[in-house]
Amino acid sequence: MFTTNSSRFVYLQVFGPRAPQRGVIYSPAGRPESPSHKRGFIEVSVPAVLALADGTVFRGQSIGAKGNTTGEVVFNTAMTGYQEILTDPSYARQIVTLTCPHIGNTGATPEDLESAQIYAAGLVVRDLPVRWSNWRGSESLGAFLERGRIVAIAGIDTRRLTRILRERGAQSGCIMTGEQADANAAVIAARKFPGLKGMDLAKVVSTRRSFQWNDGSVWPEGTRTLRAHQRLHVVAYDFGIKRNILRLLADYGCRMTVVPAETSAEEALALAPDGIFLSNGPGDPEPCTYAIEAARAFLATDLPVFGICLGHQILGLASGARTLKMKFGHHGANHPVQDLESGRVLITSQNHGFAVDETTLPASVRATHRSLFDGSLQGLAFTDRAVFGFQGHPEASPGPHDVKPLFERFVQLMVRRLQAQLRQTPPGGTGSAQNPPRQPALSR
Amino acid sequence: MPKRSDLKSILIIGAGPIVIGQACEFDYSGAQACKALRSEGYRVILVNSNPATIMTDPEMADAVYIEPVNWRTVARIIEKERPDALLPTMGGQTALNTALDLVREGVLEKFSVELIGAKREAIDMAEDRERFRNAMSEIGLESPHSQIARNLEDALRIVGEIGFPIVIRPSFTLGGSGGGIAYNREELESIVAGGLDASPTSEVLLEESVIGWKEFEMEVVRDHKDNCIIICSIENLDPMGVHTGDSITVAPALTLTDKEYQRMRDASIAVLRKIGVDTGGSNVQFAVNPRDGRLLVIEMNPRVSRSSALASKATGFPIAKIAAKLAVGYTLDELKNDITGGATPASFEPAIDYVVTKIPRFTFEKFPAANDRLTTQMKSVGEVMAIGRTFQESLHKALRGLETGLDGLTPQALPPSAEESEGKLTHELRAPGPNRLLYVADAFRAGWTFERIAELTHIDPWFLAQIEDLIDEERTVSAEGLAGLTAARLRVLKRKGFADARLAKLIDMPEQAVRHKRHDLGVRPVYKRVDTCAAEFSTSTAYLYSTYEEECEAEPSTRRKIMILGGGPNRIGQGIEFDYCCVHAALSLREDGFETIMVNCNPETVSTDYDTSDRLYFEPLTLEDVLEILEKEKPEGVIVQFGGQTPLKLSRALEQAGAPIIGTSPESIDVAEDRERFQALVHQLGLRQPANATARTEDQAVKLAREVGFPLVVRPSYVLGGRAMEIVFNEEDLRGYMNRAVQVSNDSPVLLDRFLDVAIEVDVDAVCDGEQVLIGGIMEHVEQAGVHSGDSGCCLPPNSLSAQLQEQLREQTRKLATALNVIGLMNIQFAIQNGVIYVLEVNPRASRTVPFVSKATGVPLAKIAARVMSGRRLADLGVSERPAPKYYSVKEAVFPFVKFPEADPILGPEMKSTGEVMGTGRTFGEAYAKAQSASGVTLPRQGVCFISVRDRDKPGAVQLGRRLIERGFSLVATEGTARELSAAGLECRRVNKVREGRPHIVDMIKNDEIDLIVNTTEGKLAILESNSIRREAVHRRVTYYTTLAAGLATCEALDHLDEVEVNRLQDLHQGALSA
Repeated sequence: MFTTNSSRFVYLQVFGPRAPQRGVIYSPAGRPESPSHKRGFIEVSVPAVLALADGTVFRGQSIGAKGNTTGEVVFNTAMTGYQEILTDPSYARQIVTLTCPHIGNTGATPEDLESAQIYAAGLVVRDLPVRWSNWRGSESLGAFLERGRIVAIAGIDTRRLTRILRERGAQSGCIMTGEQADANAAVIAARKFPGLKGMDLAKVVSTRRSFQWNDGSVWPEGTRTLRAHQRLHVVAYDFGIKRNILRLLADYGCRMTVVPAETSAEEALALAPDGIFLSNGPGDPEPCTYAIEAARAFLATDLPVFGICLGHQILGLASGARTLKMKFGHHGANHPVQDLESGRVLITSQNHGFAVDETTLPASVRATHRSLFDGSLQGLAFTDRAVFGFQGHPEASPGPHDVKPLFERFVQLMVRRLQAQLRQTPPGGTGSAQNPPRQPALSR
Repeated sequence: MPKRSDLKSILIIGAGPIVIGQACEFDYSGAQACKALRSEGYRVILVNSNPATIMTDPEMADAVYIEPVNWRTVARIIEKERPDALLPTMGGQTALNTALDLVREGVLEKFSVELIGAKREAIDMAEDRERFRNAMSEIGLESPHSQIARNLEDALRIVGEIGFPIVIRPSFTLGGSGGGIAYNREELESIVAGGLDASPTSEVLLEESVIGWKEFEMEVVRDHKDNCIIICSIENLDPMGVHTGDSITVAPALTLTDKEYQRMRDASIAVLRKIGVDTGGSNVQFAVNPRDGRLLVIEMNPRVSRSSALASKATGFPIAKIAAKLAVGYTLDELKNDITGGATPASFEPAIDYVVTKIPRFTFEKFPAANDRLTTQMKSVGEVMAIGRTFQESLHKALRGLETGLDGLTPQALPPSAEESEGKLTHELRAPGPNRLLYVADAFRAGWTFERIAELTHIDPWFLAQIEDLIDEERTVSAEGLAGLTAARLRVLKRKGFADARLAKLIDMPEQAVRHKRHDLGVRPVYKRVDTCAAEFSTSTAYLYSTYEEECEAEPSTRRKIMILGGGPNRIGQGIEFDYCCVHAALSLREDGFETIMVNCNPETVSTDYDTSDRLYFEPLTLEDVLEILEKEKPEGVIVQFGGQTPLKLSRALEQAGAPIIGTSPESIDVAEDRERFQALVHQLGLRQPANATARTEDQAVKLAREVGFPLVVRPSYVLGGRAMEIVFNEEDLRGYMNRAVQVSNDSPVLLDRFLDVAIEVDVDAVCDGEQVLIGGIMEHVEQAGVHSGDSGCCLPPNSLSAQLQEQLREQTRKLATALNVIGLMNIQFAIQNGVIYVLEVNPRASRTVPFVSKATGVPLAKIAARVMSGRRLADLGVSERPAPKYYSVKEAVFPFVKFPEADPILGPEMKSTGEVMGTGRTFGEAYAKAQSASGVTLPRQGVCFISVRDRDKPGAVQLGRRLIERGFSLVATEGTARELSAAGLECRRVNKVREGRPHIVDMIKNDEIDLIVNTTEGKLAILESNSIRREAVHRRVTYYTTLAAGLATCEALDHLDEVEVNRLQDLHQGALSA
């Protein structure tokens, strides 16, 4: 069941160059660092401060790049997956605090990237261990942070910070490193950060030009060797898409055309997709009017549409519902979500600071999932079409795989649509040039 | 779905006595289950033979049966109580096996009792190794290559396919009993033979060795709607090859990436679904190849386990409680997470923001001959858990919490020569013993390379680097001295968990000096909360641990409060009985309106359940840790008398530091414990003591011994469990003892007592408020003086003492209690020789027998004592002495000899038992028969009894022989005994002693020609000589006794083997035996 994939270094070729890039994470040539179990990189401790907009100051040591960074400070309670979190584009402009005290235990590996770079604006941890150890690892977290030019601080009371964020809500913060790091200056810098409300970050992190994706998971469950023309074609909007979404769709027999956030519906439809995917991403969904408009256009077709996180919020906004900013959001890998239809509880990965207000859902949209932590809306589905969204992260990475079946559902909706088309096409018919009829790649 | 309304009453089976592999974690889980089900309105019926448990308190269940946990007895309880359902998952392997037997025997079907929590099919599939392996391969999970062997020929064929080293695991045994690792054919033959014997199904699994692989455990909870959550991941620092119960483990798993962790999570859930654990908690164990990540499923337990207790304490998620509610129909989303005050549901996965380390505690010093290398068979008797914000901090806290004299990574004694030292280190690193991690530290100290240590130990480099770092720090501290301990530096060191005592040792200063300096510099710990959610939600639950951080979350109240110091890790001599007392103190004082604060570090216990007391400090019981809590909480009273020696050892230092210790004053304790002062008191009261003396040197001891006279009981002062206590018969023995004993007693004097031969020993437990005395009970020992009271069976009320003698005992107890001005509990040991009462010792504190007395009489002694200590009067409490019960209660000890086949299973003044059971009946014989059955001894109904006794027992042997013949036994005896028996006209066959040539007695035992053994010996030589008899008896499971008294008691028990009465504890306490 669990076999390793031999092609472990193929991840970079598939992405075209992205601009602006804050640092090349890996070259496909191999492992930049020699074997694991090497002593960690920090030999001389460089001081660092973390300041919050409310004036709270923490002093610790710098464990990443030197310099300053500002962003919205959030905490994540996931106990594994720091590398996935750091490279998740949804963390753009956010300084992530990890509540798990030892971060960096397994070093870093190219296999565990969720994008080509670190997107988090900064990292806050209690302890970066003296040595990392893992059979897949190729360098230390410290080296990974340095190469990604990410400012990070360790050695602070992260539980105290978490409690402040819990009580007072997510707030702007600043990390400064070096002997001269000045707490007052850091507080001022923190206060200058405007916050994420009203900030459209999707188009900032999105790819500049479209590209194809066909690679599956590192450890796929079963192998599907479908030729490209047999695969379902998904146009995936990149608002900050995580690679594991693409990997899982590929595992399920899809080929993806990943398109920039501002791609119009017309352009997307011209690619003759079997389904539209709206990705996760950072920031406030409300200013993403281009995406909301595109989504509305898709709602007018019979195409299956699946939205995750920001994509889910955009579907909500397209339906006429409203979104709201949460106090400190959901960031973790242990969040219980109830499937309202089956009553089943799913443990999910979560990372969002905005949510769709369930009370504003139109009659044509029903709630499918709710958070058991705070009752907030976690999933929605249109009653009259094959369109649904999920607030958490079915692709996990990091986190549990309980909601993974939603990908299967999306694929089934696409298959069903194709089957219906096939029934409508008279035998011997040729269909349109762009969308030749074919045997559905997947059947139940 | 809400709870099931078709069920009205539920039977819970407990785990029976504390044995290696099954300790008080099952009292914790069982007590939680009882509370949970009762709060849902079910009638709860409980059976457990262990009187020292909280779960067998009469308040815990509607019907409590302290009866043997076997299917026949439980069937009688079912017949009497007619429960609707049976919950078998709370009482360890014992309960599970008993439930399977009940199914197999058709009892559940006959009485329409539904098995809830785990179905038979699921239990079978999980426990039967071959079926389990097949099931795993059906769901695409790998397990180690393995095959079942039913005999030695099978085994040899299989090893030809798999190769050495090979792991041998017997089916259906707990704690891996009878298993091991074979590196060669000889070992294979011996382990397979033992394993086939230990397995109730005579099957062993031979398995590909994955020694050195990383080992993980997942604690999973599932409900009937198929909601599955992982409560906790646990990583074993000791890689595969060491039983998880004997491994140092940490939570959460620290060396997995998310992909690896999630793969394991998926696999765990798939295992539960496949095995069919519909509701409840399970534990799945995995091995991971550190080189390529290959994942193997090792085993799963379809029940709550030692690990689930640890996981509950490590996360704050009460697995057993939730599992019990799931078993009656709830789903996870319908249940609340208590620790967040219900703000979150139980259907989530705890996130923790600290590191938990568990270290097992071993007791090899009790079994000098035992093989102390750790294998797949569990050998530890207890464990300590510690919480810190980092691994280093929690490791350090756990090491000092062990109470084995460690203040951290304390250097071990190594041979002087470099070559020998090297050899010793290599051996200790490669073949793990109880202190491997300390030798790892020593290897770093000795400058060994990281790679060499990693290669020998297979310990993950992540952990080794942490150890290496600590040793580096130690070097720096030593080099810089006191001056180096600046505030900043101290903060760094304390954040790495260094104890004041360790730092002091490193700079060669008194501990006090370091503490003063630290306090002067304002470096103090803060307390963080365990909240299941890494601070994402607020909690009002005060489950706290210390760390050196910025923010303190202790929020002490201004209520009237009393702090109770617990007993630390279980060990032989200090176990669940003391935890029972601590829990009772907490409960009673809480009822009285005090805020109760518990301090303890044993994850198995009820006392460390976060809702037992108002506040729980999960901390090591060292002076430093306790002083810091005192400073934070400022309680009005501190109770040190309930947790055994652990808190008592601290009492003087605590008092010096100004702690308000309540109860009997340290002055009185000193009178009771100081030989000379106590002697004066005994004289003053006109009581008698055996002749005695106190010696501080070997020569002095020899001189004094001549005055007192041999035989002598010798022991160091201030010990519990008879540690290093011996009976010596001559000067040579005494000198030998003195040479060994001074080491164990840390320079405190050695006590010499004239040994009272053929005396009846008696224990009395009492409560005194300074004026009035409440006698809890008088217990007559079954074994004569000379066997440690913890190892001796005893009977309440006394079965042979006259009313007049009993009244004298009461009177002497009252005298001593009031003279010593005892406030609280007191235990006195008396010996009666030829009708004369001698006072052996007085302990003004909780004793091991308090729970037994409370269960036997219905008087909650510990609760009453706690109230008295808080200032109340016995008269005000409305308790008065009750007449002795009309039924007999017998306590019997349970021994771990099966786990230590090399050790001599003989009883003596040093305690060796791990647990106890209780039997009740109308007669002593009936109660004793039940106690024997509960302790796992199967009394033969007839057959051949081998008798061989020391000279002093020869008259008694005749009496025993006669009774056995009357009951249909035939006798076999060695020469001396045979002559005695024949002279008395008893028919008896003579057999050779081992040294007299073959065929000898051991041959007979091996040939299954002996059904019962009574073998008493004294003197080093005789003991050594008869060792093989006892060991063979243990091995062949032949019932054997090493005292004549037990043999005689057995004769009485033989008359009651067919009596079928089971007694509800509540009825007994009402004075009504069942009809």
